[in-house]
Amino acid sequence: MRGSDQGAIWRALLNRLPLLAWLVVVWGALWQDFSPGNLAFGLLISVGVSSVFYLPPVELGGRLNVLRAVVFALWFLKEVSVASIEVFYWAVVKGPRISNAIVAVPLRSRSDLLMTATGHVLSLIPGSLVVEVDRGTSTLYVHAMNAPTPESVEKVRRGIQDIEARLIRVMGSRADLAALKREAAANVKESP
Amino acid sequence: MSVIDILSAIALLGGALMSLAAAVGLLRFPDLMSRMHAATKPQVLGLFLMLVAVGLQMRQWALLPALLVAWLFQLLTVPVSAHMVGRAGYRSKHRRPELLSTDDLHSVVEAVVDGGAVIDGGGGAAKAAPTSAPTMNPDH
Repeated sequence: MRGSDQGAIWRALLNRLPLLAWLVVVWGALWQDFSPGNLAFGLLISVGVSSVFYLPPVELGGRLNVLRAVVFALWFLKEVSVASIEVFYWAVVKGPRISNAIVAVPLRSRSDLLMTATGHVLSLIPGSLVVEVDRGTSTLYVHAMNAPTPESVEKVRRGIQDIEARLIRVMGSRADLAALKREAAANVKESP
Repeated sequence: MSVIDILSAIALLGGALMSLAAAVGLLRFPDLMSRMHAATKPQVLGLFLMLVAVGLQMRQWALLPALLVAWLFQLLTVPVSAHMVGRAGYRSKHRRPELLSTDDLHSVVEAVVDGGAVIDGGGGAAKAAPTSAPTMNPDH
C-alpha cells in the first residue's frame, strides 16, 4: 500500500502546485522583483497562506496543452474585441428594443473546473452571462443579448458548447477529450 | 511622435471608447440584465487596451507581470459580480419577461416552486428556488 500512499501525496502536491505557482507569480509581480530570494520568500508565504486559508481542492483534468492554451488566449482576445464592438453597436442602434433570451446550455463535461471555466469565459465575452448553474446535470442557464429568434438561440447554445470544446482541448480530462473526439467524428460522418 | 506613441494613443482611445460604450449601454438598455452586460463587459477589453498603452509608454519588463496580474484579477472578478447581480436580478422584481424571447430557466424554477419536486437533486436552481418563491412571479 506504500506505493499508492505515495501516489496520493504526489497527486495532492500536484493539485496544489498551480495555486502555489500563481501566488508566487502574483507576489513577484507586485514587488516587480523576480530575483530568486524574493521568489523563495514568496513561496514560503504562499504555502503559509494556502494552508491557513484552506480552500477546497480543485479537481484538475490532469493535462494541459500549452499550444492549445496560447491559441485559446488569442481566440479569446479576438472574440472579446468583436463582441465588445457588437454590444456597443447594439447599445447605440437597438437600445431599448433589444430582445434577449435565457438559454439552457447542457455541457458535456461533469468537471467542476470546466464548468466554472466555461461560465467564466462566456461571461467575459460581452453579450452573455451566467444566471444560474445546475451542477447536478452540468447545465448553465445563460442570459444572452440579441437573441430574438429560435435560430439565434440555437446559435448561442452552439457557441457556448464550442467554448467548452475549446477548453476541453486545453485542459479537459482524457475521458472528456476522447468523448469530444468521438463526437467530432460522428459529426463528420453525418454531414455529407 | 513615434510609432509607439501612435499605437498607445490608439489603445488609450479604444479603452476610453469602451467606457463610452458602457455609459451608452447603461442609458439605452431597458432592463437590469442587459445593463449588466453593458456595465461590466466592455471593461474587459477597455482595461486591456489601457494596460497595453501603459506598457507601451513605460517599456519596462519588470512592469509587465504587474499589468498582466491586474488584468487577470479583472478577468477573475468580473464574471462573479455579473453572475451574482444577474442571479439576484432574475429572482427579484427586476426581471422583465416581456424582453426575453426564450426563458429556459423559468419552467425549471416554476416546476420546483409548483410541484415541490427536486430536479436532479441538488442543482443550483432546485436548491435556491423554494426560498425565493414569494418573489418569483411579481409580474403575473
